[in-house]
Amino acid sequence: MSKPDTLSELAAHLDDALNEDVREHAIAHGELTLTIHRDRVKKVLRFLRDDPACRFTTLIDICGVDWPSRSDRFDVVYHLLSMHNNTRIRVLLTVAEDANVDSVVDIYPAANWFEREAFDMYGVVFDGHPDLRRILTDYGFEGFPLRKDFPLTGFVEVRYDESQKRVVYEPVNLVQEYRDFDFLSPWEGARLVIPGDEKAQ
Amino acid sequence: MTDTPAEQEVRNFTINFGPVHPAAHGVLRMVLELDGEVVERVDPHIGLLHRGTEKLLEHKTYLQGIGYFDRLDYVAPMNQEHAFCLAVERLAGIPVPKRGQYVRVLYCEIGRILNHLLNVTTQAMDVGALTPPLWGFEEREKLMIFYERASGARLHAHYFRPGGVHQDLPQTLIDDIAKWCEEFPKALDDIDALLTDNRIFKQRNADIGVVSKEDALAWGFSGVMVRGSGMAWDLRRAQPYEVYDELDFKVAIGKNGDCYDRYLVRMEEMRESCKIMQQCCEWLSKPENQGEVLPTDTKFAPPRRAEMKRSMEALIHHFKLYTEGVHVPEGHCYAAVEAPKGEFGVYLVADGSNKPYRVKIRAPGFAHLAAMDHLNKGHMLADVSAILGSLDIVFGEVDR
Repeated sequence: MSKPDTLSELAAHLDDALNEDVREHAIAHGELTLTIHRDRVKKVLRFLRDDPACRFTTLIDICGVDWPSRSDRFDVVYHLLSMHNNTRIRVLLTVAEDANVDSVVDIYPAANWFEREAFDMYGVVFDGHPDLRRILTDYGFEGFPLRKDFPLTGFVEVRYDESQKRVVYEPVNLVQEYRDFDFLSPWEGARLVIPGDEKAQ
Repeated sequence: MTDTPAEQEVRNFTINFGPVHPAAHGVLRMVLELDGEVVERVDPHIGLLHRGTEKLLEHKTYLQGIGYFDRLDYVAPMNQEHAFCLAVERLAGIPVPKRGQYVRVLYCEIGRILNHLLNVTTQAMDVGALTPPLWGFEEREKLMIFYERASGARLHAHYFRPGGVHQDLPQTLIDDIAKWCEEFPKALDDIDALLTDNRIFKQRNADIGVVSKEDALAWGFSGVMVRGSGMAWDLRRAQPYEVYDELDFKVAIGKNGDCYDRYLVRMEEMRESCKIMQQCCEWLSKPENQGEVLPTDTKFAPPRRAEMKRSMEALIHHFKLYTEGVHVPEGHCYAAVEAPKGEFGVYLVADGSNKPYRVKIRAPGFAHLAAMDHLNKGHMLADVSAILGSLDIVFGEVDR
């Protein structure tokens, strides 16, 4: 197959070729999203890179999304770009908190740091990654900051201690309670209970 | 005399480059493993400027979130805002008036020149030249005054809005920008004369940090890093957004993919940006092109001040827009712009509320810095700062 003209043609081509690996595809806002099975990620990405009709040779981004209420808690989202065909594609898979995803570093070297970042922020473990260390957070940091159950203020704060002549870590101590303003209109679906008005429920 | 051993044990030497090295362009700590003066391994430690922008964005309304984008790549702030606004517009289906698009393009190109002036001249400083930064910063100062006159701030502009820009430009400002565009090529020629044929500059940059086409694809490069390697890839041309398809400009590409070619590409891009700015100024000055810079018929744009004085409805809308903020429909989308450093993208997941559910910021510098180890292997220690400079790294966007 030569260069596909539209996203729907590309989607049809991928449905044929990757029939068993793709759970569903969707086109929204001019973008094609493939939702795939978690264990097929290497096969799918290698196909997308090497297939002459796809040639998604540039890995743009890998990121996680947290949905705490789902059993497969995290989305791992891959964005690919084909400079040859001038198309983009998004590959999405879901992973539970205790499951791992195959690393794609051997397909796209650029995945190295993006996977490290997803691990750092969400704790998603990538199997076969050569060097899965934390990347953005502090040395010795604990927890995964972009998870929805991680508080915005964090748990520790640092300051320079004059007597010990070094930077010390202490539990966060807020002078004023963290304020999270709720501006949602009460008549447009916000479910708020006014304190003291619990009986109304 | 004792006889010396025939072969001494040679040990590799590991040093720290940064985090407070003047050529590290911010807070980069690199662990370099050296064999003599040859670099064997580079391990960049980033995150020293990590401020949790993505986490903060999840706790702010869309309007409040725009300000965080200025603080990513603080060398060209409005280009970052642009990507976020495009993502919101795409999800919510907000139209942008033509005049708003032209103002945006004008300021994006100012951002590009701001960035390239800084990068070209400080990269020259990294390899030993002192005068170019002084000359370049003079022009940057003039551009930042244009920022200030449009938005009220030299750096953290918060000027773009979903649907356009915050306020229209006064005609005097457009005239002054047009005048600057006529003078700037002269200043650029001066910097050009200092560097392009400079023997030392050439020796330090030519054939250093060569990026092949295959490397550029494999490592996810974008922007000048791919154009320097001879690939004519520019999002402004390939996937035109705003009014770039109506404007006349050329895409500069290099031949060899080394630091020197990337320098030449950046110089040429500044000249092209200057031309784009002239076209924008011309368009914006025409009487038939006056008008709104924000859509008037959607709930995404605040009502104008004069209207609020008379209409109760407008006053209520203003209040709701600045407290509750807009609701963006559920969905996800990725919007990318050709930022001066490369492809700057925003992956926005919205859940229908007034705050983003997840914003992933795709910074070009992050992908470029990830290839440091690959690019530096086998180079001399002195080349590290030349390569780092030509990657165009700003830690605000790498660490986020």
